[in-house]
Amino acid sequence: MNSANRTNRMITARGLTKTFRSKRQVVEAVRAVDLDVADGELVAFLGPNGAGKSTTLRMLTTLLPPTAGEATVAGFDVRHDPAGVRRRIGYVGQGTSGGHTQRVRDELHAQGAFYGMGRRETRARAAELIESLELGQVANRQVQSLSGGQKRRLDIALGLIHRPELLFLDEPSTGLDPHSRANLWDHIVDLRRATGTTIFLTTHYLDEADQLAERVMVMDHGAVIADDTAWALKSSLAGDRVTLTFGTATDAASAASRIGGEADDTVVTVTAHGGDRALPRYIRELGDAGLEVVAATHRQPTLDDVFLALTGRSLREEAAAAAPGGELVSAG
Amino acid sequence: MNTISPAAPTAAAPERPAASARPTGFVHDTATVFARESRPLVRDPFSVIFSLVQPLVFLGLFGPLLVGASGGDVSGTLQWFVPGILVMVALFGTASTGANLLFEMQTGSHERTLVAPLSRSALLVGRALKEVVPLVIQGTIVVLVAVPFGFRLDVPGLIAGLAVLAVFGIGFGALSYRLALACRNRDWMFWMVHQTLLFPLMILSGMLLPLEDGPEWMQVAAAVNPLSYLVAAERALLAGDFGDPSVIGGVIAAAVTCAIGIVLGVQAMRRAR
Repeated sequence: MNSANRTNRMITARGLTKTFRSKRQVVEAVRAVDLDVADGELVAFLGPNGAGKSTTLRMLTTLLPPTAGEATVAGFDVRHDPAGVRRRIGYVGQGTSGGHTQRVRDELHAQGAFYGMGRRETRARAAELIESLELGQVANRQVQSLSGGQKRRLDIALGLIHRPELLFLDEPSTGLDPHSRANLWDHIVDLRRATGTTIFLTTHYLDEADQLAERVMVMDHGAVIADDTAWALKSSLAGDRVTLTFGTATDAASAASRIGGEADDTVVTVTAHGGDRALPRYIRELGDAGLEVVAATHRQPTLDDVFLALTGRSLREEAAAAAPGGELVSAG
Repeated sequence: MNTISPAAPTAAAPERPAASARPTGFVHDTATVFARESRPLVRDPFSVIFSLVQPLVFLGLFGPLLVGASGGDVSGTLQWFVPGILVMVALFGTASTGANLLFEMQTGSHERTLVAPLSRSALLVGRALKEVVPLVIQGTIVVLVAVPFGFRLDVPGLIAGLAVLAVFGIGFGALSYRLALACRNRDWMFWMVHQTLLFPLMILSGMLLPLEDGPEWMQVAAAVNPLSYLVAAERALLAGDFGDPSVIGGVIAAAVTCAIGIVLGVQAMRRAR
C-alpha cells in the first residue's frame, strides 16, 4: 500500500444524496447522509428493504454518481477519481459476480487481469483464495452449476483478488441457508483476523448486525437515524424488558402504577436499564407492599427493539413483508 | 449463526499485505475483456458448432429448393447462395450476443466489471471484438461443408470475405450490446427489437432470393440496407473477384456499421450503472 494514500479515515461522506426521477415521480433514495468509517472497522448498515442502503453503497463504490454531496473512499474522491477508488476497494454486490458460463478459476484469473495484476501473481492469489474459501472441488466447474453458498464464496474471492484495503458487501448472506450463512461469516471473520481489512456491509438480518459488526448504522427512508455499537444502541434506545405476572388484575394494576409499567390483565411490562438488577428489586419491593409476583421474565433488547424505538415499526415485519431483492436500485 | 463470534482483529494485527491493483490502459483492458469473453468458447468449442445449426439448415433445406426454382446447376447455385449464408452467420450470431450481456446485467457479473478499474470503452470493445472468433470459425465450416457439393473454394477470396464479415460483425455485435444496455432488465424488449429487425434485414438483403425480381419498393429498401451491399461483396469476394465494384460497397457498409456500432455501444457503456 502506498503510504501517502494511507488514511485513518477509510470512508468519509458529507451530505451524500441520491434522487431518482422516474416518470412523474421523484424518489429521494438517500438524503444528506454523513458517514465516517475508520481504517479497520467492521460496520453494518442495517435497515429495511428500500431504506437506501444499497443506493448509498453504490455511490460509495462509484457505481452511481451522487445527486449532491461528496465522498472520499480509501483516500480518493468518488466523483473525481473513480478509478482510484475502484483500484482500492473490493465490492460484492447483491447478485452473482461470476459469469454463468465461466469456470471458477478462469473468473478469478480474469479478475486479477482486470485489476492489472501480473499473470503469475494472479495465479498464485487465485490458488490461495480457492484454498481459503474452500472452492477447490468446484474450481474447474461453470459458475452456473454451483450452489448458492459456493457462488457467494466465489463472489467474496473475486472481491478479494487484489487484496483491497476496504471490502463492501451488499446483503452478503441473503438467500443462503443457515449453514451456508454461518460458513460465509466464518470466512469473513477469518479474513478480518488475518488482514484487518475494513468491512462495510449492508444487511437486514438483525442477528448478523448484532453479532458481527463493531458498529451499526441504522438507515430508514434514506437517512441514517442511529450510529453506534450494537450494545450502546440497545442500552440507550431500547432498554431491557421486564415482565411480572400477578395473581389478579387488581394487583397488576397497582403494581404497574408503583413501578411505572403497563398492565395488561395480570401481566405488567416495564422497560428498564439494567433489567437484570431491577428484576429482584421489583419482586422484593412489590412483595413488601403485599403484591405477590407469581412469575417474572427478563429479556435483553434486540436491534429490532432499537428499530422499533426509533421508527415505531418492527424490522422483522418489514423484512417479512418485503419481496426479496426489492431494494430500489436505480430508476434511470 | 451459532458458531460466529465478534470479528475484532487480534491485538497484534498482522501487517496487511500490500494491495495488488495497478493502473492499466485501454489496450490492456480491451485484451483482458476479450480474453474473458473468449474463454467459454475455448473451454467448450462445441457451443460454436451448435449455433451453426440454423445456417446449415438453410443450406441443406433451402438450397435444394433454390436449385429447383432457378433451374440452374447445383454448383452455380451454391456459388450464389453460400456467401449469403456467411452473411446470415454474421448477422444471427452477433445480433443475439447482447443477450449474454443482458443476462450478466441481471445476475450481477456485469456490475462486478463496472466496479473493477476497467475502462468503460474497453468493456464494450473487448466484447465486440470477441464476435470475430466464432464468426470466422463458423464461416469457415459453412464453406467447407459446401465444397463437396460443388462449391468452388477460392482461399484468398474466403480470407478477404471473412475479414469484411468480421468488421461488420464487430459493429453489429456492438449494436446488440447497445440494445441490451438500453433494455436493462426488460428481456422481452430486447427480443422484440431483435426479431422485428432481423428478418426484414435478412430478406431485404437478397441473401436468400434475388431481389431483382421483387417489386420496386423492395429494391429501394434493399438500397438502404447495409446487408445487401455486404451480400453482393461477399459473392464477388468468395468467387475471387477482387476487382468487382460491389467489393468497395461491401467494405464501406461493413466499416460504417462497425464505426456506428462502436460509437453507440461505447456511449451506452459509459453511462452504464
